[in-house]
Amino acid sequence: MSPDEFLPILQARFPQVEFRLDPLNPQALIMSASGVPEVFGWLRDAPEAAMQYLEFSTAVDRPPDCLCVVYSLYSYTHRHRLALKVDLPRHAPTVPTLSHLWENADWNEREIYDLFGVFFSGHEDLRRLMMPEDWEGHPLRKDYSHPNLTPRPD
Amino acid sequence: MMRQFPANPDLTVEEFELNMGPQHPSTHGVLRLVLTMDGERVVRCKPVVGYLHRSIEKMAENRTYTQVIPVTDRLDYCTSMTSNYVYVMAVEDLADITVPPRAEYIRVIMSELNRIASHLLWYGTFALEVGATTPFIYGFRDREKVLDLFESTCGARLLYNYLRIGGVSRDLPEDFCERMLAFLDEWEPLIREYEDLLDENPIFYNRTKKVGFLSAEKALAYGVSGPNLRASGMARDVRREHPYAVYPELEFDVPVRTEGDVFARYRIRMEELRQSARILRQCAEKLPGGPYLEPQPLRVVLPEGETYVHLESPRGDIGCYLVSQGTDKPYRCKFRTPSFCHIAVFQHLVRDCLIPDIMAICASFDVVLPETDR
Repeated sequence: MSPDEFLPILQARFPQVEFRLDPLNPQALIMSASGVPEVFGWLRDAPEAAMQYLEFSTAVDRPPDCLCVVYSLYSYTHRHRLALKVDLPRHAPTVPTLSHLWENADWNEREIYDLFGVFFSGHEDLRRLMMPEDWEGHPLRKDYSHPNLTPRPD
Repeated sequence: MMRQFPANPDLTVEEFELNMGPQHPSTHGVLRLVLTMDGERVVRCKPVVGYLHRSIEKMAENRTYTQVIPVTDRLDYCTSMTSNYVYVMAVEDLADITVPPRAEYIRVIMSELNRIASHLLWYGTFALEVGATTPFIYGFRDREKVLDLFESTCGARLLYNYLRIGGVSRDLPEDFCERMLAFLDEWEPLIREYEDLLDENPIFYNRTKKVGFLSAEKALAYGVSGPNLRASGMARDVRREHPYAVYPELEFDVPVRTEGDVFARYRIRMEELRQSARILRQCAEKLPGGPYLEPQPLRVVLPEGETYVHLESPRGDIGCYLVSQGTDKPYRCKFRTPSFCHIAVFQHLVRDCLIPDIMAICASFDVVLPETDR
């Protein structure tokens, strides 16, 4: 199934959650944060979706207001892929964890927390993964500054 | 947790923490495992990564699309070709660039040669972890011959920087195919020799059989891919499921085993060596003439958009999620690397193991730390 086939099914199943197609990414749907984690639980367990595999999750910082968390799901049964994007407010990005659905989400979320400062509520062990524990700031944010980080000359 | 020692009620025993790494010869880089032990048994394991974090994704945002290619070499230095490949494939997908057929074949040849080089390196170090020193010499001896082929093609033996947006940086040397076929003729019978060194060895057998069992269900939940997933009974290979480049025209098998233990992961990789050789022979036969590069401007400007592409590296499913904002630099470049998932699975796998088993398990997953930490 492609994202535009998923869209009506998800809209009918979760009327309280907003879904729309992503104009930039033909593989993706944009959804509101209120649907996490129910929508993901359904996508994993429903036989028509059967997304056994969380390929990765990551984030994209879009200043000034938006921080977008991206989840890429894949089904080995149907060989289809769906990316789900959740836009969060940049000043206080919080989204429920998916670590109870896929063990893989545990480290992916720790990495996003570390590099983007997204808080995953319900995560049992939300510590920095890549950077040292006492590091200040979240390096992959666009406004992150560090003395060693200078633009490359042309 | 303190409890009474069964043999002597006057004594108590308790769990203790043991730090393995980051500088430890069997962690293949700098991986730290914080182990909670009950006597000789592991109760809990917490892997600590990030010692090799070079902020590759941040660096990519500061470079033009072409300048990112040498950075991807450093993702996984045992298989730079596939790291190059997944990145240029993402750029080409976004820019809608068609690669000349000769370049597609050259890329497949390089990926498969790199798979052989990577598996040979793995074979040597894996055997070393379980106590056999001879295979190390055999594996490295033959890996050198593959590196010679790379050197004659692009001048480098480790970090190739060979692929370009739209093709490859230079054509194959004139006698490349003959030399590659000569290597394959000489080397292919040696795979049997590698196996003879380990397969029937009772020590090796005891160290690897029924050690580190990973079920298919857990493997999926942890995002395990590549040979490690195929050793757990799932016949999944990106080259087969979502064929890219010229793989649909090539014949090869996807080896699968159902045991899910260290031995199965070893057997899968040995079989993959044969399949790679088979693919290479077909490529040498079918290699078309024509241009090897669809020339691109030095500053490639991509249209606004995003894409996710993935391919089968020697370690598993490597992917690149690329976001462009219509400029000459990536807005966001995320690499989904197989070893990242493979290390996370240790916390589950090494429970109730002995410490020597950890070495065997760790080696059998073929983790490469720079790829995890990026």
